[in-house]
Amino acid sequence: MKARTFAMFVAPSVVLMLIFIALPLVSVFVQSFYSTQQVFEQVQVESCTPGFISQTCTTELRSRQVLDAAGKPVTQTSFVGLASYHELLKPDVVAKAFSSAGGGLAAVMNIDFYKALRFTLSFTLITLPLVIGLGLLIAIAVNNVTRAVRGPLIFVSLLPFIVTPVIGALSIRWLFIGDGILTAALKWITGTNISMFAQGWTIEVLMITYRVWHVAPFAFVVFYAALQTVDQDTLESAIVDGASRFERLRHIVIPHLMPLIVFIALIHLMDSYRVFEEVIGFSSEAHRISLQWLTFSFLTPDETGNRSITRASASSMLTMVGIVLLLIPLLMRTWRDNRVSR
Amino acid sequence: MITKTFAAKTLGAAAISMMMSVSAHAACAFQNTVPVKSLTAAFEAWKAVTSAMAECGNVQAELDQTFRTKQPAAFAANPALYQIGGVSNGTLVPLLNAGSIRPLDDLVAKYGKNLTPNQLIKIDGKTVAVAMMVNAQHFMYREDLFKELGIDAPKTYDDVLAAAAKIKASGKVAFPLGATMKSGFDISIDFINLFFGYGGVPTKPDNTPSINTEAGVKTLEMMKKLSAFMDPEFLVSDSTFVQKQFQQGKIAMANLWASRAGALDDPKESQFVGKIAMASAPAAVAGGKPATMLWWDGMVFAKNISDAEADAAFRVAMEGIDEEMVKANNNAAVWLVKGFVPGRLAQGAIASANAGAPNYPSTTQMGIIQAAIGEKAADFMTGKTTATETLAAIEATYLTKAKEAGLVK
Repeated sequence: MKARTFAMFVAPSVVLMLIFIALPLVSVFVQSFYSTQQVFEQVQVESCTPGFISQTCTTELRSRQVLDAAGKPVTQTSFVGLASYHELLKPDVVAKAFSSAGGGLAAVMNIDFYKALRFTLSFTLITLPLVIGLGLLIAIAVNNVTRAVRGPLIFVSLLPFIVTPVIGALSIRWLFIGDGILTAALKWITGTNISMFAQGWTIEVLMITYRVWHVAPFAFVVFYAALQTVDQDTLESAIVDGASRFERLRHIVIPHLMPLIVFIALIHLMDSYRVFEEVIGFSSEAHRISLQWLTFSFLTPDETGNRSITRASASSMLTMVGIVLLLIPLLMRTWRDNRVSR
Repeated sequence: MITKTFAAKTLGAAAISMMMSVSAHAACAFQNTVPVKSLTAAFEAWKAVTSAMAECGNVQAELDQTFRTKQPAAFAANPALYQIGGVSNGTLVPLLNAGSIRPLDDLVAKYGKNLTPNQLIKIDGKTVAVAMMVNAQHFMYREDLFKELGIDAPKTYDDVLAAAAKIKASGKVAFPLGATMKSGFDISIDFINLFFGYGGVPTKPDNTPSINTEAGVKTLEMMKKLSAFMDPEFLVSDSTFVQKQFQQGKIAMANLWASRAGALDDPKESQFVGKIAMASAPAAVAGGKPATMLWWDGMVFAKNISDAEADAAFRVAMEGIDEEMVKANNNAAVWLVKGFVPGRLAQGAIASANAGAPNYPSTTQMGIIQAAIGEKAADFMTGKTTATETLAAIEATYLTKAKEAGLVK
């Protein structure tokens, strides 16, 4: 392709990426160093609130927002440097936790950021092999059934993937929360009272199970398509040579699927590192939080209408650094493969 | 913020949003021609009020349980996206801080002849909101069960523990106690109720926190003791969860919002109609004031709208909270409006108020401390941190947030 034609083809997407990805990233990066505060003044005022039957009025010292002539709140923005990163990572608390008198890892895990990081990482790394394994298993199973039932079977296997993530998570939650159908059934079978939402690890198991159930069909459909292109001659000669079903899988099918396994792994790492729907759907905030949820909670106005923009920016920068680190090995592999094949 | 305790919080991000647009009706005293929009919570009382407003015509009411997150931005816009906002002591603060609501004194003088002075929320001498109902978390219990086991209605939280132990021993219900202890807003309100009950004052005059005190430790310890009698999933238990536990006979008692009492007597939902009695919230210490706080719900009007719109909005709102509406919906809330006849269901809130339950302060500090408690208190309940560690974490979170808000230098 001529350089000019190439440029014309990619220009629109480069421009859009600049506007919608690069610029916001720069802006978030800058915002993580600045803090905008409101200005309060202490005033003595009388406030009245309803009681039942009669009104209660009190005169008290009240911190009041300063408003300008136009009635808009007065704010001041200041450069805070790495303060918000410090606030998130709390290096001093971590250092103290690992000193002789500290609480060790347990104390570090009480800090929101590390709590979120721990969950996000284990969620990502546990679901990854499960999704690939299960996807491959379904693909091979479907590939081996008679042609007549394949269509309906593929359709049914794909169903979990088309469920909206939050709705899917909510449905699973309703099956298990309180005396949900499935907890009641488990109770009936085992004879013990089961509370899936009373402790963190059971919620985590539910969240992981849900994600695997939801994403495995995607891996399945990709692997299934690739299975159609496995060289039949090689397979047949392997059979003639006496290779068992497992050996054929190990030495012919999997090497053939390898680029796609890397592809699925990449997509899945990116997707599950920003785990969010599960935290909302299973309302696991008390027990398990993720990095994306942390940013979200900073951005949600609190009871006073404040958003922690600075900390939210810092936390999204850190999340981004994390995902880049996680993807490097896979990206390097893809890059190497591409270079070799050229 | 009674609202958030209500139903749809369980739906998380999926908000219950209802749009109503009803044509003019004879029940309204005037024909409204200016389009008016309102954004309020979605509980029973708001349904009643907004339906009554809609009778005037050209009213579009949005009832949304996540209104809290939408309201500050929607009111700060120019022109504001809504003329009327439904607020409580808590949700008033962000609007006050942003200066996005208008003083109402002239409108009250013009159209508010049916309002009682008690309904006017005043800050610095200016009326900023019009209240329509009060709400409080108070004690609700299964009267039949208590009689059967010979237990009196508890006066203090120690009585509650004793009663819970007896009920547990009897095996009559799955769990003796229910509580709105969902992490976040719900657990923070439970904490604050008890904290004030133990005589705590959450912030000092210079806006620094004073949560890590004896009252704080006592509060957490009591919450832990109470939780032993609850469904182990109490950290996801919001008001709807507790309401259902009552309706299905899973629990024998709980401190629950007065606005939920109606649902417990609704034969369509509840299996225990007429069997759940309402009483004052128990005191934290013997002889003390009830460990609960009084809240109000009411209406505010946007600043960034034309005076004609404000006029129309205020008149429509007055039609929404008139005597006629209250008569038709007497049991939907503890109304502050003329014509309200307190029934059996209102007794808990009234008893708590009469026994001196304090008002929930509409201050920025309170909002921040509440958010900090909501984030950190769960760690104590799950056993991750000790009481003093939890309280220190709450103070640290408060300070971070207060510094970000500009409240503490």
